[in-house]
Amino acid sequence: MSQDLKPRDITDDSLRDQGLSSVGAGKTLVIACGALAREILAIIDANGLEHLTLTCLPAILHNTPHDIPKAVEDAVNKHKDDYDHILVAYGDCGTGGQLQSVCARLGVEMIDSPHCYAFFDGTTQFLERGEVTSFFLTDFLARQFDAFVWKPLGLDRYPDLRDMYFGNYETLVYLAQTDDPALVQTAKDCAARLGLKFDLRQTGYGELTGFLGKRA
Amino acid sequence: MSDQGDDLILSELNDAELVEQMMDDLYDGLKDEIEEAVGILLERGWVPYDILTKSLVLGMQIVGDDFRDGILFVPEVLRAAQAMKGGMAILKPLLVETGAPKMGKMVIGTVKGDIHDIGKNLVAMMMEGAGFEIIDLGINNPAEDYINTAINEGCDIIGMSALLTTTMPYMKVVIDQLKEMGKRDDYIVLVGGAPLNEEFGTAIGADAYCDDAAIAVETAKSFMLRKHNQA
Repeated sequence: MSQDLKPRDITDDSLRDQGLSSVGAGKTLVIACGALAREILAIIDANGLEHLTLTCLPAILHNTPHDIPKAVEDAVNKHKDDYDHILVAYGDCGTGGQLQSVCARLGVEMIDSPHCYAFFDGTTQFLERGEVTSFFLTDFLARQFDAFVWKPLGLDRYPDLRDMYFGNYETLVYLAQTDDPALVQTAKDCAARLGLKFDLRQTGYGELTGFLGKRA
Repeated sequence: MSDQGDDLILSELNDAELVEQMMDDLYDGLKDEIEEAVGILLERGWVPYDILTKSLVLGMQIVGDDFRDGILFVPEVLRAAQAMKGGMAILKPLLVETGAPKMGKMVIGTVKGDIHDIGKNLVAMMMEGAGFEIIDLGINNPAEDYINTAINEGCDIIGMSALLTTTMPYMKVVIDQLKEMGKRDDYIVLVGGAPLNEEFGTAIGADAYCDDAAIAVETAKSFMLRKHNQA
């Protein structure tokens, strides 16, 4: 069941399109978005959370949120007999409450937050800030900007559409999980491509660490 | 869709060929060609309403159908919408002058806390194309903006849009405020946006959830027909 994978062995492209089969040998399974794989593995490593096993769904589901509840349900049903507990490392992620309904019905716990931007930043504080004109990137999304933002929105083919999508935004906020100057520069470049101001916010892993510490 | 070369001269096409070509050009998001074709049809004496309904609206319906079927994606729909907008900009003042049929009046906007307006703009444009008078409040609207506009402008329909899970509950605030004022039954309330679904629309007390712009038009027409039948 387990694979002796290290974060360096995992590629962003595979996390985006395939997800991750499973890493670890713990009896609590974390079903996560592929965009959180590196962060979760780092938290497991730093905190000795050896009771956890991680499996990830393709991160590209981020772009089709309606598909997330069914994908999570299928994963829970596939794995539930093999583990004592299951944690779902997703926020609502644009499912309009549907993922919460699925998790409640299946008796599994998800992260009580609108999306990963919020739980990295701290959900209460994120919502209180009310940054309605901000567009957010995480480490993963900064690295995968072209695959998650630029190309799906057709900006590679039709750059003139940019202001239709982003004309009401003012700032790109990069919520950084790691301290990586090269990635900061990448995020700055993303802001420039979208015609937005740039703001860097070092969040670390935010509420993700506490969520994974449950069932310890 | 179109496999025509660049050497096609629109003015040399007969009316039927030109309308067919306009639908192709709309599908391909060719704004300049659409504007030119609208001008040609006007010169040939076409009534603005016919140009709108028999070329642009029909063309956008094909775009909408192919979007729903997964053949076209958001960028292509937006390009088509830009092209239609170019044609509409020419026709709109002429439609007013020539007294095109009016289906009803709608106030539309994105709810408070939300700045996403692509879907809302598409709905507004398609509703306008279908003969509805549209008052577009833009983005980030508090309840009183919808309600005061609906009252002061004599609207039939209130349309609300949201893209975020965090902002969609605000639609209920607007509906509840209408109820408190005893005015809920005066208006048809339509809601839409990516994270919404029919269940949510029902739960907050909207008249209907609309999955896309074409459905919004059909739903609005159907409610207006019922309203007329009741009157």
